[in-house]
Amino acid sequence: MSAEPTVLAPALPSPPAISLAWRLLRNPVAVASAGVLLVMTLIGLFAPFLGTIDPTAINPAIRNRPPGFERTIRAEDGSATAFRYRMGTDSLGRDVYSRVLYGARVSLAIAVSVAALALAVGLLLGLLAGYIRPLDGPIMRLMDGLMAIPGILLAIAVVSLFRAGLPAVIAAIVVPEIPRVVRLVRSIVLSVREEPYVEAAIMAGTRLPLLMARHILPNTVAPLIVQGTFIAASAILVEAVLSFLGIGIPPEIPSWGNIMAEGRSLFRVYPHTILYPGIFLGLTVLAVNMLGDGLRDTLDPKMAGR
Amino acid sequence: MSATTSPVLEVENLAIALPGGGDRLRAVDGVSFTVAPGEIVCVVGESGSGKSVTAFSVMGLLARVLKPVAGAIRLLGEDVLSASPQRLRALRGDRMAMIFQEPMTALNPVLTVGDQIEEVLRIHTEFGAKERRAKVLAMLEAMHLPDPERMHASYPHQLSGGQRQRVMIAAALILDPALLIADEPTTALDVTTQAQILKLIREMQARRGTGVLFITHDFGVVAEIADRVVVMQRGRIVEQGPAAQVLGNPQHSYTKMLIAAVPTMTPATRPAPKGALALETAGLGKSYRSGGLFARTRTVQAAADVALRIRRGETVGIVGESGSGKSTVARCIARLIAPSEGQIMVGDQDIARLPERRLRPLRRTIQVVFQDPFRSLNPRRTVGASIVEGPVNFGTSPAAATARARELMSLVGLDPAALARYPHQFSGGQRQRIALARALAMEPEILIADEAVSALDVSVQRQVLALLDDVQRRFDLAILFITHDLRVAAQICDRLIVMQRGRIVEEGPTAEVFARPKAAYTRALIEAAPGREFGRGVEPTAEAVPA
Repeated sequence: MSAEPTVLAPALPSPPAISLAWRLLRNPVAVASAGVLLVMTLIGLFAPFLGTIDPTAINPAIRNRPPGFERTIRAEDGSATAFRYRMGTDSLGRDVYSRVLYGARVSLAIAVSVAALALAVGLLLGLLAGYIRPLDGPIMRLMDGLMAIPGILLAIAVVSLFRAGLPAVIAAIVVPEIPRVVRLVRSIVLSVREEPYVEAAIMAGTRLPLLMARHILPNTVAPLIVQGTFIAASAILVEAVLSFLGIGIPPEIPSWGNIMAEGRSLFRVYPHTILYPGIFLGLTVLAVNMLGDGLRDTLDPKMAGR
Repeated sequence: MSATTSPVLEVENLAIALPGGGDRLRAVDGVSFTVAPGEIVCVVGESGSGKSVTAFSVMGLLARVLKPVAGAIRLLGEDVLSASPQRLRALRGDRMAMIFQEPMTALNPVLTVGDQIEEVLRIHTEFGAKERRAKVLAMLEAMHLPDPERMHASYPHQLSGGQRQRVMIAAALILDPALLIADEPTTALDVTTQAQILKLIREMQARRGTGVLFITHDFGVVAEIADRVVVMQRGRIVEQGPAAQVLGNPQHSYTKMLIAAVPTMTPATRPAPKGALALETAGLGKSYRSGGLFARTRTVQAAADVALRIRRGETVGIVGESGSGKSTVARCIARLIAPSEGQIMVGDQDIARLPERRLRPLRRTIQVVFQDPFRSLNPRRTVGASIVEGPVNFGTSPAAATARARELMSLVGLDPAALARYPHQFSGGQRQRIALARALAMEPEILIADEAVSALDVSVQRQVLALLDDVQRRFDLAILFITHDLRVAAQICDRLIVMQRGRIVEEGPTAEVFARPKAAYTRALIEAAPGREFGRGVEPTAEAVPA
């Protein structure tokens, strides 16, 4: 045998996961966006401890007060404290500051759960459509059908089928997002399934579920993470739109969308009821989108430079 | 080609720095050679030798990270390295032109062929529309393209690979450049087409007195076309001189090794295999149907009526050009695709129609080594994980499979400790060894090598072929060897099957097929092989080399 033992390439480079996190950390926009999102999450989590009062407490005596308005609040045990309405009150006398902070919970919960659900369902359908040829036609025609209906319209239809509430709103936002994920996953599967290493695994007798999990799925992770951030950003916006249209979260639960919806009739006179939730909404959506861009640049195989 | 006239191209002491982290400091270093008018200079070397970098630096097309740090390139006495981008643009096309390896990607798919050639004239000359058209038509005619009028209006996808390359050459030569740079112009082409293109380049160069800088890795092509040869290794010139001298009486050990590694066209003598029948196909065919509800259905017969037999310990080669159906046959036998008709008998079982569920237990028997060593291993999994995957699927314990994988790694000439590494840490030849180890881990009876050495440099190719031969003897393997390369087939195959347009046109013992080809197509293939008389194999006798 003339095959003399061959000299091997030099030492291992750092595993991809570490260098990925490192590359992401060197992207200032991504770091700043992640910071904003972290702050928003903490605000939502610790809303009760950030000087808020009951966001649903109505007080007709102090309707539409400007930001900075102060008033003494008497607690049940009779003690009185001076409370400052940092962002004023809305048309029912509720504290806008408390509502905005509590609203972060709903908006972020919707963002995360919509992204997770849309990715999970889309991934499953995309894998099936991409790999099991007989399923491709039916699944993709269904997705084409869904895509043909404008997202908001479809969401309105879905909401109207269920009792209004958080689950219905999430479902309404998830359904229009699914086709995009399915298309993305399917296209990746279609190209990866032709790779010789996938054929080698077939020759090795690897069963279908394992084949998918081991050789095909990993290729979809990077694009899906990026797609997930964009879905999260659009979910926050769509929830706001649905609430604004009055078909989203029930009005007693504060969300950035319905705070703005309730303030819209008096917007010209009392802009603060829309301004503050608008700032939070805008910042969050911007941060999620920027983080998505950062992730895309970092995960892009051309940038990875192997 | 008189050496007294001033050269078209002078490269003097050229050095180009590599960005940090490469395997060496300079992509090319101390490279000097000249190209005289009407002379074809071949730069040969294996991948990574710096031959393409040299060509691109002459054109001023180097990637920005590569910086010439020393030396000079003079085109007709004018320094190219210090030329401004505007001047370079004027020089390209006018004084020098380049043709590339892949004619499909080098042509713009949304413009007609005529427009693309005319574009050169529009930019560099003052000709009117009529004159331009006339010139382009004359050029297409000179390229021996059928029906120039129709060609002029065709889009690249309507042409064959060879026709596209002719169009590229037409566009390159239309301004009568003094220098033509050809970077592996025939590597992506079939042998018969390659022979025509080489003939065309020779003809054009002789008629117009163009100097040609021809980059190739193929010594057959060198023997066919070169006046002078420059041999490069790791960025340096190890030898240069007239073709007859370098090929016939190489001085440097690297040149000797390269030339010795080229498989000869003389079939090796191999003992007649007497093993039991491992595989037999009868009437095997695969057709593809397109169209559907509204479109007219079209049927393409990729392979038809293929009957072949392989014994244990025997290597059967299937040779043919692209589109001959040789890979289709291999993929049918491997059951990566389902054949449309016929039988595939493995032992006494017909696997042609088995559903995947019943096929899985039989998958062990047949294993494949694929062409592209960079894509046949999952980049996200360690080499070890790839090798043990199959045996573990069939119930071997991971520990036992790993132990076996270590043995196989030594067997294919790799360090067993490398099992923990990822594919990108290996070279192409090493990956092909790993792919072979993976196939062997399944303890197959039949090994399908689908162009398994086609992507490798000759020296590496030779090692892998030797390894294949070795494992065949050890494991009494039946090997189905798919290749487009007659030289390789001559060296490794006991019997040859020649395919054309999905059908077997000739079949027989390798020596018989080479000595007395019966089918006209086989004769054409053998005649088209570049540098047919070249390649005396391992024993370099210093005899004269064919003109």
